[in-house]
Amino acid sequence: MQPTHSSRRILLPVRMWFVYTTLFIALFLNYVPTGHLPAVPDVVALVLAFWCVREPVKIGIGAGFVFGLLTDIGVGAALGQHAFAYVLLAYAANELSRRVLWFTPVEQALHVLPLLFMSQVVMVAVRLMAGAEFPGWWMFFGSFVGALLWIPLHYVLLLPQFQPMERDENRPI
Amino acid sequence: MRAGDPGPSRARLFADQLTPLILAGHSPPPFFKRGPAPLAKLVFFVIVSLAMLVSDLNMHYLDGFRKGLSVLAYPLQMAAASPADFVRNASDYFASLVRLQIENKDLKARQLKGAERLLRLDQLEQENRHLRALLEARDKQSAKSVVAEIMYTAKDPFSRKVILDKGAQAGIEAGQAVVDDIGVIGQITRVFPMQSELTLLTDKDQAIPVMIVRSGMRAVLFGSGNGLMELRYLAANADVQAGDKVVTSGLDGVFLAGLPVATVARVDRDQAQAFARIPCLPAAGVEQFSHVLVLGHRESLPPRPPEAEPVAGKSGKGRKARAPKE
Repeated sequence: MQPTHSSRRILLPVRMWFVYTTLFIALFLNYVPTGHLPAVPDVVALVLAFWCVREPVKIGIGAGFVFGLLTDIGVGAALGQHAFAYVLLAYAANELSRRVLWFTPVEQALHVLPLLFMSQVVMVAVRLMAGAEFPGWWMFFGSFVGALLWIPLHYVLLLPQFQPMERDENRPI
Repeated sequence: MRAGDPGPSRARLFADQLTPLILAGHSPPPFFKRGPAPLAKLVFFVIVSLAMLVSDLNMHYLDGFRKGLSVLAYPLQMAAASPADFVRNASDYFASLVRLQIENKDLKARQLKGAERLLRLDQLEQENRHLRALLEARDKQSAKSVVAEIMYTAKDPFSRKVILDKGAQAGIEAGQAVVDDIGVIGQITRVFPMQSELTLLTDKDQAIPVMIVRSGMRAVLFGSGNGLMELRYLAANADVQAGDKVVTSGLDGVFLAGLPVATVARVDRDQAQAFARIPCLPAAGVEQFSHVLVLGHRESLPPRPPEAEPVAGKSGKGRKARAPKE
């Protein structure tokens, strides 16, 4: 069997330490002070959505809440702003997981785009209600860039699961 | 016995076939132990995060919690800020010679211009001290200030905040005023051990009490969010003109009086509204990266209470106790 990288390929089970490591790396990338640069994707939202889609049983709303709080602290946002958006994102990704996994990475990206966009809309709504200034429409490009990043991310994050534990010429998984 | 024999052997065979799968770690998904329903979890976490949002934005209850968590996030933050540091240093390093020369010339000229005024200031200060001594007025406390550098802009796109490279360890406290060489740029809003967060004057609804130099009228200047500021609550017929200089009035006890803040850009007098719309341009380089001066708290501490405090306390109690009887 040739490696197809399709969603239906049988993979090794995920290791939870790898999931949390990637989430922390994403948190680190979110902390990089890019100032008010336009179209910076929210990497934590992306990685969180990825694992919530891949492993709906193992990771979900709780992780979204914790990493949302950590993001809030790091970027100086209102406490609970990212947590709220990520909780909704994790829930939606968990619920959509059974559907999304049938598709190829490009089609999956199209499914994830509205989720990322929704999380940004939620944050904008919350902050505008609290009386902050509107940051401008360029901010929403971030979710489009994030959806584009889904395709390479799909291969990078699944890489450890592509490796067979022991190579068997007759039965390669 | 014969009948029982193939049983275990077949089971072992089956187990042998299963072992690769078990080794690979594929365990069946849990059917029953799956915790609370997703919807219940969602509702719970949504309520918690909304409660946090409200209490953080409106009541500032969670500052201690934020400080605790920021201790955890701090190493990661520092590591993430290092690329920005590197870029900043590299751009400094590769700054063109011509630009540096021009800047140097400019600074020298400004210093020369300032030197003459400084000399006079020395003399004036001395004269002022003598006069105050004559009047037995309390000496105006000279503010203790800290020079800090702006490290980077905070990532939150909804506010205008920057991070300074000095914090509580350098004696910076929340509420202190921050100026650059031209005028006021903002106020410290949060202090971390090694860093502090400066809210710029252009942040939406950041307020500062000011005075218009020409007419001496007092007003409050608010950030309007788009890089500008706005004089609010001035009557439609108030004595304000485009080009008026706006300085701090010092009524808040935070900012020293007379620091330049802004220039009136234009005045829109709309008869339909009670107040004029007066957008102002910030005087200082509010949105530029540079060195800034964090001014110490202006108001002096209240004088120490006299030695006879316990007596005063007793008499106070006595008066209180007596009052109902009377």
